Amino acid sequence: MSAAPDTAAVTANSPPAATEDAGERLVVVPSRHPWRWAATVVVAVLLAMAINALVTNPAWDWPTVGQFLFAPSILRAVVLTLQLTVLGIVIGFVLGTVLAVMRLSPNPLLRSVSWTYIWIFRSVPLILQLLFWYNLALLYRAISFGIPFGPGFFSVGTMDLVSPVTAAVLGLALHQAAYAAEVVRSGFLSVDQGQLEAAAALGIPKLRQFRRIQLPQAMRTILPTAGNELIGLVKGTSVVYIMALSELFYQVQVIYTRNGRVIPLLLVAAIWYLVLTTVMSIGQFYIERHYARGALRTVPPTPIQRFRASVRTGFALLRKRVPA
Amino acid sequence: MTAPAGVTAAPPMVDLRGVHKSFGALEVLRGIDLTVRAGEVTVLLGPSGSGKSTLLRAINHLEKVDRGFVQVDGELMGYRRVGNRLHELSERHILRQRTHIGFVFQSFNLFGHLTVLENVVEAPISAQGRPRAEVVGEAEELLGRVGLRDKAGEYPRRLSGGQQQRVAIARALALRPKLVLFDEPTSALDPELVGEVLDVMRDLARSGTTMVVVTHEIGFAREAADTVVFLDGGRIVEQGPPSQVLDAPREERTRAFLSKVLH
Repeated sequence: MSAAPDTAAVTANSPPAATEDAGERLVVVPSRHPWRWAATVVVAVLLAMAINALVTNPAWDWPTVGQFLFAPSILRAVVLTLQLTVLGIVIGFVLGTVLAVMRLSPNPLLRSVSWTYIWIFRSVPLILQLLFWYNLALLYRAISFGIPFGPGFFSVGTMDLVSPVTAAVLGLALHQAAYAAEVVRSGFLSVDQGQLEAAAALGIPKLRQFRRIQLPQAMRTILPTAGNELIGLVKGTSVVYIMALSELFYQVQVIYTRNGRVIPLLLVAAIWYLVLTTVMSIGQFYIERHYARGALRTVPPTPIQRFRASVRTGFALLRKRVPA
Repeated sequence: MTAPAGVTAAPPMVDLRGVHKSFGALEVLRGIDLTVRAGEVTVLLGPSGSGKSTLLRAINHLEKVDRGFVQVDGELMGYRRVGNRLHELSERHILRQRTHIGFVFQSFNLFGHLTVLENVVEAPISAQGRPRAEVVGEAEELLGRVGLRDKAGEYPRRLSGGQQQRVAIARALALRPKLVLFDEPTSALDPELVGEVLDVMRDLARSGTTMVVVTHEIGFAREAADTVVFLDGGRIVEQGPPSQVLDAPREERTRAFLSKVLH
């Protein structure tokens, strides 16, 4: 190419009018997207219809929603839902991490115990597990603490030890642990073997290897799925209504059986679940961003940074359009 | 095998005797005897599958040997000798033994979630228990030595392959090792980045660091090596100074290998 005379190459490829200073005069015209515009109109109309249906239909009964949204009994129920979620996820993931480590261990007994636990607790429906814990006293009247198979030091009535709230936390956490174990295990497996080899070659102590090298890198894989699990659990707590615990879903049922306003109270619950999961999703975004350091060449901008950037480019465009 | 006319009174830095290693049915090392003196550079050459990487990894006990033993600076690696028995050491002990030996991997294996500086200071602090302030100062000096002082705050993924490997060398040196092992340190690099890593290694060799290097860089071997060891099929075929093994090989297999690598 470079050997050929330049002018000959240009005239061969472009119309004769553009032969002189071609690059300067040509203007780029972006292609049109008529279907994009059509789709925008259709979606906008559908959206307007939906909003209209929500606002104008009196059966949604928004005044009642407003009246109960911040009612003390509802707020108490939200707090209990939150407590169940936090305890469930924390205990679940701590136990899940232990199970994951057991499952990856070279010891066959530890491996199979972990496998069996995960198998059982993932296979039996949560609602059934909760009822088992709730009725634990039917199985074991008292729980005694002492030497295994030897004498007990003291014993406690199961009814006293396992209150309905304890039973709910126990049920949710043990069920969650089975899922968490697999989430954590997939995280460990995702860490490059070379990282552990390097840590071993440097002589870094085993526990430190786990905490400093393996876990932070596993978190990249664990977090998105763990976030899913957390949001699943927020809603999963509604299952404990069968134990007559006044969490959110049970509480709205109590109220609507009293006053008969089913739809607005279901809306109250729905709004609170939305609020809780939204807050958690925002938290998840920032935690994921923290663990992305080093893994990505540039971390994604936060929504605030993105907003600022778009405002800046908007102003820049305006200034260009309106010459001072 | 050549017996270098030794006036050395000190025990060898590395001493391998009758080392055997199999992976399943595949026998990778079939009786290796090798001695590396302190301050010397030994280059291991050989076709792929000849066992040179396994041999290197056996030195710091990343691979357990099946028979024979490995001594580094007079200390048995991975075992404690009681009479005629070798008792396997606990993992904690083995990890502690490794803190005297630097290892540089073909694929760098820098910790991606830690900055360059954190990569370098991690092991001296957590494995050797040295005070952070002292280690950081030394790490900055080491990064300067490999020409990367200004990259201390970067994450490894933002560096080129050559820069990453230089950080990995600094990380290995931060342990103040008696011995540094290199496992094909330039094989994963783009051709134009090989030189910068070899430069750092040449500097190290000149400064009297004891090194065992697995590489295909014949030029490096000729310039920097005191001893070149040629392996094939899990055995040492030939060893001696580069002028002998590279320029006037006695064995047919060495000649065949060199003619393939050099052309």
